[in-house]
Amino acid sequence: MNVQSPPTDKQRIEKLQGLGSSRKRVEDARFTQGKGNYVDDIKLPGMLFGDFVRSPYGHARIKSINKDAALAVPGVVAVLTAEDLKPLNLHYMPTLAGDVQAVLADEKVLFQAQEVAFVVAKDRYIAADACELVEVEYEELPALVDAFKAMDADAPLLREDIKDKMEGAHGARAHYNHIFHWDCGDEEGANKALADADVTVEEMITYQRVHPCPLETCGCIASMDKINGKLTLWGTFQAPHAVRTVASLITNIPEHKIRVVSPDIGGGFGNKVGVYPGYICSAVASIVTGVPIKWVEDRMENLSATAFARDYHMTGKLAATKDGVITGLHCHVLADHGAFDACADPTKFPAGFFNICTGSYDIPVAYCGVDGVYTNKAPGGVAYRCSFRVTEAAYMIERMVDILARKLDMDPAELRMKNFIKKEQFPYTSALGWEYDSGDYHTALEKGMESVSYKALRAEQVENRAAFERGETRKLMGIGVAFFTEIVGAGPVKNCDILGLGMFDSCEIRIHPTGSAIARLGTISQGQGHATTFAQILATEIGIPAEDITLEEGDTDTAPYGLGTYGSRSTPVAGAATAMAGRKIRAKAQMIAAYLLEVHEGDLEWDIDRFQVKGNPEAHKTMKEIAFASYNQAIPGLEPGLEAVSYYDPPNMTYPFGAYICVVDIDVDTGVTDIRSFYALDDCGTRINPMIIEGQVHGGLTEALAIAMGQEISYDEIGNIKGGSLMDFYLPTAVETPMWTTDFTTTPSPHHPIGAKGVGESPNVGGVPAFSNAVHDAFAHKGLTHTQMPHDHWRVWKTAQKLGLTD
Amino acid sequence: MSKTHVKMTINGDEVEALAEPRTLLIHFLREELGLTGPHIGCDTSHCGACTIDLDGKSVKSCTIFVAQAQNAEITTIEGIAHPDGTLHALQEAFRQHHGLQCGFCTPGMITRAYRLLQENPNPTEEEIRYGISGNLCRCTGYQNIVKAIQVAAEELSVKEAAQ
Repeated sequence: MNVQSPPTDKQRIEKLQGLGSSRKRVEDARFTQGKGNYVDDIKLPGMLFGDFVRSPYGHARIKSINKDAALAVPGVVAVLTAEDLKPLNLHYMPTLAGDVQAVLADEKVLFQAQEVAFVVAKDRYIAADACELVEVEYEELPALVDAFKAMDADAPLLREDIKDKMEGAHGARAHYNHIFHWDCGDEEGANKALADADVTVEEMITYQRVHPCPLETCGCIASMDKINGKLTLWGTFQAPHAVRTVASLITNIPEHKIRVVSPDIGGGFGNKVGVYPGYICSAVASIVTGVPIKWVEDRMENLSATAFARDYHMTGKLAATKDGVITGLHCHVLADHGAFDACADPTKFPAGFFNICTGSYDIPVAYCGVDGVYTNKAPGGVAYRCSFRVTEAAYMIERMVDILARKLDMDPAELRMKNFIKKEQFPYTSALGWEYDSGDYHTALEKGMESVSYKALRAEQVENRAAFERGETRKLMGIGVAFFTEIVGAGPVKNCDILGLGMFDSCEIRIHPTGSAIARLGTISQGQGHATTFAQILATEIGIPAEDITLEEGDTDTAPYGLGTYGSRSTPVAGAATAMAGRKIRAKAQMIAAYLLEVHEGDLEWDIDRFQVKGNPEAHKTMKEIAFASYNQAIPGLEPGLEAVSYYDPPNMTYPFGAYICVVDIDVDTGVTDIRSFYALDDCGTRINPMIIEGQVHGGLTEALAIAMGQEISYDEIGNIKGGSLMDFYLPTAVETPMWTTDFTTTPSPHHPIGAKGVGESPNVGGVPAFSNAVHDAFAHKGLTHTQMPHDHWRVWKTAQKLGLTD
Repeated sequence: MSKTHVKMTINGDEVEALAEPRTLLIHFLREELGLTGPHIGCDTSHCGACTIDLDGKSVKSCTIFVAQAQNAEITTIEGIAHPDGTLHALQEAFRQHHGLQCGFCTPGMITRAYRLLQENPNPTEEEIRYGISGNLCRCTGYQNIVKAIQVAAEELSVKEAAQ
């Protein structure tokens, strides 16, 4: 008989596939075989299809709408307009930012592609045909496109619905096109620092309007069951519980009669946080018709109408000593919010966490002010793969620091090193009020500079510039350095809520009698691999192999309440809830083990996957044994079963950081910018699954490449959207995308139960300034301080031309 | 609208149906046949999420009408795995090398790579990048997709050599 030796500790740890394991994803089996279940894959009996008639104008009065021809098309069931929604008080809906947004245009259209009528028909072809037949008569009005002219005395009045309401959701409005003024910091102090400084720099930096553009567009199915009065919504929702609450508040259907389900989601990147007119119209149409209604936008609708990002015009001023110590920051932002304020920010933060704009630097005094304005553009202002307005802040400060370095004639990496918050200063309270939890910036940038041979690159650049002057090359080399600090994991309920819902998150765990488990969370994956990684957190906490733990999200009837997935909040908040729920399981398991082993609880210690008696490790009970005992033994003083739920209110945000270095070669005669190399060092605290972290960094960098080098949603002077389809809106293919080099340091968060900080958005936040700084660096010796993104070939060529470098 | 009779072979099965001639092939596959593996990601034939294999070529199924697929031999992602249910080397390599995240581009991407490796069984990295440039991915940055295709190419070559 073979006697099997007991597994070693290492084998037991490996079997768990817990924290730190590059576990393969459990999601992939279905996705690689075409068996995912996205919203447009769902087909319900009797389902009808909804489609929108949209405005061709940026600003116009609706004089009349004639539905007759559309209603005459066989297969058309209904055509809804604002007039139909008014009796239900659903022609406007609340936005996440305290404004209201027209569900269907009420007397006026305020942006091109705005929803005007909703056609319901037997299939999507008939719906599209009928949309063409809805006759809308418009009277065109002057469009307001330039945000800088929004508050002019003679600017067109956009929002007639609130023209007399001069008190907005965030205080007084200074003009009928003004949304809010928000500021923080010490303006007087910042101005004094600037006045007293040896050196100052000032620049107006625009972060252009872009769009998250996930590969799957937004959509939903609404199904009203008239027998039991229950409304079910399947949709591309990044925050299903919040959608349920909002749906209940605006429809007056009690919340227990609404079920919201997020099935598989084909990428979100912030696009799927908000509530869109399509959801409301589908729900109304289903309530009226009693059959399920599907609405799925097409790509042009997605780019033109649902949730743009950025559109921040940021004027930064830095004060410094002549040897490069930054002594103050002043920043003002003009924020173009489009026709309705539909930003997705925590309620008290109308400019998100833009006041992280002091970045990674120990700046003694700072001020930032933000003014939001209405324009004739689509609403949105979501966090496109970043925490709320953090990528805008990082772009501003990282450009400003580079501009300061040029003025001081210092190396931009050296200037950063000189001004970093030092390791021993953490926890560090910034001049604008955030408490940075942990960091080791010098080590990270030093490691990065060494990895890319920074000194050698600078030496090569000197050679390159000399060769260019001698006429031996037409290419200029640029080296972009960016060092970012993110602020993610919103957030503490004391200051973070959305529509009054505190931004905690949750996890509920049930251990089955045979020692496997199911865990449910308030978040929802859109590609992040939660089913893989959250099972890993639990595996380490409760000693059950990750492969024996099913993870479910996205069904409000079964999952505990949570605020969803965006702003890199899943790991910092729901990940923490997962660990805390696991600890509750373990605490009860310890009591059960003590009973089984006939010892006092205090005599037990946790060891990988079991409790053992201190000093006598032979006496132990595995979690699997404990689970069975919890269901089949009457244990004095304990309820049967092994379940736990945790609602986690984080004590603070987390502050991931990173050092990115990009090298480009620019052909001055064509503006073609080759990305020679890109090095990304990320510190996201404790690393749950290195394979998934690396994949997220690759993806985020590719989005940063797209934004910095080509993406832009712009409008012509009468409000026609440009860049509203994939013909014009830049998404890099595998050909333009370079090889990414990733690296890491690990500085755990001191307040997170497992020390994790979140990573999904860091590469977008740090990537954009790294690319932009590289492009500017290539021309720095020619006196270039700043040009606006995107740095597409044409714009780069124009820059070279202006500098007199082209043939 | 009057319907036309269409007939084709999809994943080895003969399919006959009545369809409006203007129906796009992607809608026919997804809505009439329930083959929801191929996806719709754009309206301008840029994204490649709807890629299928049609008569030995990669085709974006949003660019042709069902009537144009008359008598065609079609393979979708649902037909890529082996008849015994084991995964194709590409499907396995995408999982092993983390070549997917949200999964929305994956069916089109794998179906394109399936044809690419028949056109060019030993592609260089550059050839793979050009070969999949009609398929967009928003999550992965392509690096692990390229790697997965390289690994699958090697495995298929080894298998080929063994036979």
